Amino acid sequence: MNEGLWTRCNNCQKILYKQDIIDNLKVCPQCNYHFRLGALERLQQLFDDGQFELLDQDIYPVDFLGFQDQQKYEDRLKDSQKKTGLPEAIVTARGTLGGLPVIIQAMEFAFMGGSMGSVVGEKVARAAERAVEEKLPLIIISCSGGARMQEGMMSLMQMIKTAAALARLSEARLPYISVLADPTTGGTTASFAMLGDINIAEPNALIGFAGPRVIEQTIKEKLPKGFQRAEFLLAHGMLDDVVERKYLRNYLIKALRLFLNRPEA
Amino acid sequence: MKEKLDFYSLERPIIALKEQIEALEGSEDSNRREKIAALKAQIEKEWEKIVPKLTAVHIVQIARHPKRPYTLDYIKALFQDFMEFHGDRRFADDPAIVAGLAFYKGQTVAVIGHQKGRTTKARIERNFGQPNPEGYRKALRIMQMAEKFGFPVITFVDTPGAYPGIGAEERGQAEAIAYNLKVISRLKTPIVNVIIGEGGSGGGLGIGFGDALLMLEYAFYSVISPEGCAAILWKDQGPTAVEQAAENLGIRAQKLFELGIIDKLIPEPPGGAHIDHETTFKNVDKHLGQTLKKLQQMSLDDLLAERYRKIRRQGVFETK
Ligand SMILES: [Zn+2]
Repeated sequence: MNEGLWTRCNNCQKILYKQDIIDNLKVCPQCNYHFRLGALERLQQLFDDGQFELLDQDIYPVDFLGFQDQQKYEDRLKDSQKKTGLPEAIVTARGTLGGLPVIIQAMEFAFMGGSMGSVVGEKVARAAERAVEEKLPLIIISCSGGARMQEGMMSLMQMIKTAAALARLSEARLPYISVLADPTTGGTTASFAMLGDINIAEPNALIGFAGPRVIEQTIKEKLPKGFQRAEFLLAHGMLDDVVERKYLRNYLIKALRLFLNRPEA
Repeated sequence: MKEKLDFYSLERPIIALKEQIEALEGSEDSNRREKIAALKAQIEKEWEKIVPKLTAVHIVQIARHPKRPYTLDYIKALFQDFMEFHGDRRFADDPAIVAGLAFYKGQTVAVIGHQKGRTTKARIERNFGQPNPEGYRKALRIMQMAEKFGFPVITFVDTPGAYPGIGAEERGQAEAIAYNLKVISRLKTPIVNVIIGEGGSGGGLGIGFGDALLMLEYAFYSVISPEGCAAILWKDQGPTAVEQAAENLGIRAQKLFELGIIDKLIPEPPGGAHIDHETTFKNVDKHLGQTLKKLQQMSLDDLLAERYRKIRRQGVFETK
């Protein structure tokens, strides 16, 4: 047996043929567990024919604080860039979705936990501004541990920056759909991820402000089952819907048609 | 290994001098004015010796000092006829944020701030200044009220962070903060923020941004608490890791000023704000008054355009 062809599902523990998972949009065919997607995989799954044009790929992060924990921030950046082949934790792309021109941004969790520093904030702001300029709807797929500590307060300022740019998009009456993937927490949730005209999530995605461990340590109690999962947020009125990956593309097309008042011909 | 002194040990000589001043103030000593002046000069001298030794952790300790002035102290000292208004009209009233209307320099303003308690009982009641979503929604309600009537908004930031609790998550802590940021970015009235103590992450930012960010010299504003950062990146909450985290995070007012995040530094009296409330109030009043006056001379269009420009400038990156 070629080990590389097989993998174990994180959830049901069944041994699966890798190609079967890939063919199934990286969802376990046995238990419907949604594996994490890379940013580019996400875009390929959503855009028509998997075709899109990447934008703002020329903005790179800088270690302006000279931040060093057990590793230098500079080195963490290089490692992440090498591992993902991306300059930063978010990609911006333009293309069509069901024939409708749209800008989609997808976050890359493998790039420092999808954390938001200056570049992520700048790219979200630019995408929102571009959407206003070109009169396009915007979709952001979040997958992020929150603000990036290695850029200190400047990371926190990206929360207001993204929110302010989205406020302008909102005033231009262009739709913004936020899709929250597992996990979306901290400053990302507390800024652009919760500001969609609609906010939807993938099944079982962890979504919150504080991380579950921090909450557990603070309240010194065990957390209820399903706490901070997409279904929990839906039940508490924080999401418009929970959408399985296999339906996501069609869900977005239908929603865009409604927001843009474009019934199918 | 030599253990580093915490701020409370460092400031002992100053506290001793301060106690002598207090004793003289209540006395009948005919030379007390001269004696007090001499003691104050001594405090200044002692402080000059301490300042170069201040680490980022010391600054965090000053910012969290239990005797430091809190929001309601500033309101009492600088504002007249404060009326506190309660509740978010959705769920509850959050005592970790106070909000209302007051007169400031002869005009009505909305004033909002995190509030910590001074006694154990009050601390618990105020949830140690850690708001729930209701706090942010109450703050927003008052800000929008100010917008409607054309009153400027003044906020005081002093929180360890938004409360990490089950109820807070259930009621949308993240959404509450996010929505505040969105509305604040377009609120049609001048907003001045004063960072008076702890600027704790998103919990601070939820009411901690506007047209001008003023910051007390020994307050701090951080993306995460040094303790939280140490736990995550150093996997250690010991004093050395916390010290390193605090230094790396660049949380000092001076650093934030250099980065263009803070617009104005407000000096603190020798010993820190807690040693001399009156001087602190005077300093805050001076800068707050000047800033507000300047903002109120701008047209609303210019104000909002400048606010957006300022927001858009936040970030350091390179283009290749
Ligand atoms: Zn499975």
